[in-house]
Amino acid sequence: MALPHDSDPKLAQYAHPEKLVTTEWLASHLDDPDLVVVESDEDILLYETGHIPGAVKVDWHTELNDQLTRDYLDAEGFAELLSRKGIGRDSTVVFYGDKSNWWAAYALWVFSLFGHEDLRLLDGGRAKWEAEDRPMTTDAPERQPTDYPVVERDDARIRAFREDVLAHLGKPLIDVRSPDEYTGKLLHMANYPQEGALRGGHIPGAKSVPWARAANEDGTFKSREELESLYGGEAGLEADDEVVVYCRIGERSSHTWFALTHLLGYEHVRNYDGSWTEWGNSVRVPIEREADATA
Amino acid sequence: MTDEAVPAQLAEIIDDFASAPPRDRLEMLLEYSQSLPPLPERYAAHPERLEPVPECQSPLFVATELDEDGTVQIFADAPPESPTTRGFAGIFHAGLDGLPAADVLAVPGDVTARMALAEVVSPLRLRGAAALLGRVQRQVRDQLATR
Repeated sequence: MALPHDSDPKLAQYAHPEKLVTTEWLASHLDDPDLVVVESDEDILLYETGHIPGAVKVDWHTELNDQLTRDYLDAEGFAELLSRKGIGRDSTVVFYGDKSNWWAAYALWVFSLFGHEDLRLLDGGRAKWEAEDRPMTTDAPERQPTDYPVVERDDARIRAFREDVLAHLGKPLIDVRSPDEYTGKLLHMANYPQEGALRGGHIPGAKSVPWARAANEDGTFKSREELESLYGGEAGLEADDEVVVYCRIGERSSHTWFALTHLLGYEHVRNYDGSWTEWGNSVRVPIEREADATA
Repeated sequence: MTDEAVPAQLAEIIDDFASAPPRDRLEMLLEYSQSLPPLPERYAAHPERLEPVPECQSPLFVATELDEDGTVQIFADAPPESPTTRGFAGIFHAGLDGLPAADVLAVPGDVTARMALAEVVSPLRLRGAAALLGRVQRQVRDQLATR
């Protein structure tokens, strides 16, 4: 059964406060059998160096992706993964990870495709938990396997494909990559590997709002007021807009999808996980370059 | 699995990975991340003397030195919160440090792809390892050229 929500006043300001938990709340609920903590990192070994006691690891690349088709797991694969991890359909799942929860937000978004009801993010992620000297362990969690039901993935609601984005041109798009990736100067994040896009630039009409602007220094989310002025004010989004967010492979934009959907309450936000590694290589799709980031 | 261009001490590591069950390979990589020796003072105090490897997803810095007799010494550093990157550095340190320059230069660029790590680490993450090898070899080549 679902755990009670975190009633911390910081979270109460958001549209869906039940989607976030504080480190303090998590620390006091770690022993609850209905809670499963999931660590999802960019660095595949970080979990092995120490993790929140009882947390299971889910790796975005080797576990959430189908290894033969560029797609996520299918219904059977997801049921098998979650059964193996000891996650039940009724479990409250709290995600956390490195890099201000990029990959944790990404995992949460993928779980959302399967309609798992109670998914939450640890505000501040792994870095905040560690900074507060909270317990970490290298002990493997002891979770009994579950019998997670086979539930079809529903991509229509929160996921956009290339064809959807082509049909969406003219409506709001948010490019969450760095400004240099947006303008076309760089084909990848500074200091990151070139991930094979043939052209640099952005999807026509996209506004640039780098994902990190939604986060504070400590990795927690900015206040609702700050997020409103960023996405509503600067980027000009309206709460009932149909919005598509994208980045390079869909991980950073999951973080923005989370902020728009769960913190601001926008109801029609889709994440384009094909992102620039698809759009930047795709035949006969238009791109723009060098536009003013906030024009 | 390996050919004669791969020095024995690196070939042994590659074979260890290849023959280990997939589950153990991550554990082995973690051990290499922990066995990467700390930087000597001349680099620890002067991080600018290390070359960054931007192809890695996490910060990685490397320097190589060529002894009088042409032996290569490798110094590398990556933060503890980037254990995978540290692990790659640990493997190359263990596999190439102390070898003659010619042996280091002869290592094929795709050696990382043969390490049986792709399936447990993902090919994307392995690019950084290949880039690290490339930097080490280029640094050795540059130093040989100035002799």
